[in-house]
Amino acid sequence: MLAPFQYEFFRHGFLAALLVGALCGLVGVYVVLRRMSYIGHGLAHALFGGAVLSSVVHVNFYIGAGIWALVAASLIHLIAYRRLVGADAAIGVVTTSSFAIGVAIVSTYRRFTRNIEAALFGNILGITRADLLVIAVIALVVLVTILMIRRQLLFSTFDPEVAAAYGISTGWTDFYFVILLAVTVVASTKILGVTLVAAAIVIPPVIARYLTRSFHSLLVVSPLIGALCGGVGMLLSFYLDISSAAMIVLTSAALFLVVEINLLLRKGVAS
Amino acid sequence: MKSDHPHSKDPPKAQGSLHPHGLAESPAPGPREAPLLEVNHLTSRYGEVCALEDVSLRIWPGQFVAVIGPNGGGKTTLLRTMLGALRPHQGSVTLKGRPIRRDNLGKIGYVPQLEAIDWTFPITVEELLLMGLYRKNHWLRRIGKEDRKRLHQMMERLNLSGLGKRHIRELSGGQQQAAFLGRALMGEPDLILLDEPTAGLDIRSRDDVIHFLHEINHQGVAIVLTAHDLNWVAAHLPWVICLNRRVIAEGPPQQVLNPQVLQETYRGEMVVFQHDGMVMIGERPHFPASQA
Repeated sequence: MLAPFQYEFFRHGFLAALLVGALCGLVGVYVVLRRMSYIGHGLAHALFGGAVLSSVVHVNFYIGAGIWALVAASLIHLIAYRRLVGADAAIGVVTTSSFAIGVAIVSTYRRFTRNIEAALFGNILGITRADLLVIAVIALVVLVTILMIRRQLLFSTFDPEVAAAYGISTGWTDFYFVILLAVTVVASTKILGVTLVAAAIVIPPVIARYLTRSFHSLLVVSPLIGALCGGVGMLLSFYLDISSAAMIVLTSAALFLVVEINLLLRKGVAS
Repeated sequence: MKSDHPHSKDPPKAQGSLHPHGLAESPAPGPREAPLLEVNHLTSRYGEVCALEDVSLRIWPGQFVAVIGPNGGGKTTLLRTMLGALRPHQGSVTLKGRPIRRDNLGKIGYVPQLEAIDWTFPITVEELLLMGLYRKNHWLRRIGKEDRKRLHQMMERLNLSGLGKRHIRELSGGQQQAAFLGRALMGEPDLILLDEPTAGLDIRSRDDVIHFLHEINHQGVAIVLTAHDLNWVAAHLPWVICLNRRVIAEGPPQQVLNPQVLQETYRGEMVVFQHDGMVMIGERPHFPASQA
């Protein structure tokens, strides 16, 4: 069981999976309750353009992709908030355009296949000490910010109309949250890839919702499930020699299936 | 709930009121003090659709008011504008003489329609009530001992003791309404607005709701609610505003709930009669008319 931990690359990857799993699980609570799963998915895809561009102009991934994600998140928020079009349409326009920019750049500079593959599917085993540090700092910043605005977030998530009437600036709260989501996606992309980040954001809170009825418990249980799936997924990936990102998501999906079946069986017994 | 509920052994003295809940105790409009909330020439639109047109009214401290009117008649829009959640296109809403702004929003509590609530949202009764403290507890302030004490007192007052850890979906209809009322009361408001508090409730739960509301009103909190059940309004509320985009009439139910006003408000014929000192409203049956 402990054999893989003798390798530094595995230790780094394992720690990164725990951190990103917990981070996505925490932010995912609000994503799921606000019915924003599509934003998480869209932002991850939008990030592809930023990741590719950073690689071309030789800018640090976290800086380049980070700025790109913040701009994309702000655009989505701006278009959706002005209610000229629906949020889903705003996300569709911004994210697909952004992804298309990435594809256009790839087709022009046909020479960085490995980086592109890492951006698309993650490269957890290539996580360095510096990556770990960046992910830890981002996780800490997101955690502290959520703790600071947790009441606004809860109220505006549960009952946005009344929250506004209670003096909560729901527009700003929504904006802060989209930015937190964008930052989370940036931190997770190197590990999970743009195609699988959304699953890490959505599945743990969905499982946690089956296990608790309290919002505050959900904020604890969901990150724990995210971290657990990250850790177990990494171990399975090592022993089964399957892509780490895929294994993390498949572990979450398997856990979801177990909880769902258990619930169905209990309902069956009860009726 | 510890109260002077009119159905309890010691009903409040009605002082000449026709109503079973001692309505004469609930202050009617008068010049004795400044209005709590004033709506002046309010016009509100959703795109091209006019929801409210030149509406003016006053709510007095401690008043207990029902707003009645047809679906789409602007009741919810009026409440939301009073609350400060909607900006008027024309006109103004003032609370104690000051425009509704962030700094005085705290003095109005709001109870939304239960049908509008996401009952799958993972939230317990305690968590819901603590939301009402948001104004006092925003940013970094933690929920303290005083807040917890206040929470438990409120739950006891609303007959919710022991239910704090339950999911809000696990409560009965009356308890759910009480929980949302508790959230509104936690902010110690001068005025509470309730959007159709009896919608979807059975007779027992409706009785519980009016019981809570009268107790709160007797403690000096002004209440404005919207309702569709005219007989419930006639039986329990001392002041009625008939609204259909504009104010058709307002006054005590005995005066306002008459066939002419109801015809103008609802664009439909209704039968009004008195039974045992109470105003009763019935629909005129269609069959005899159509057969004739």
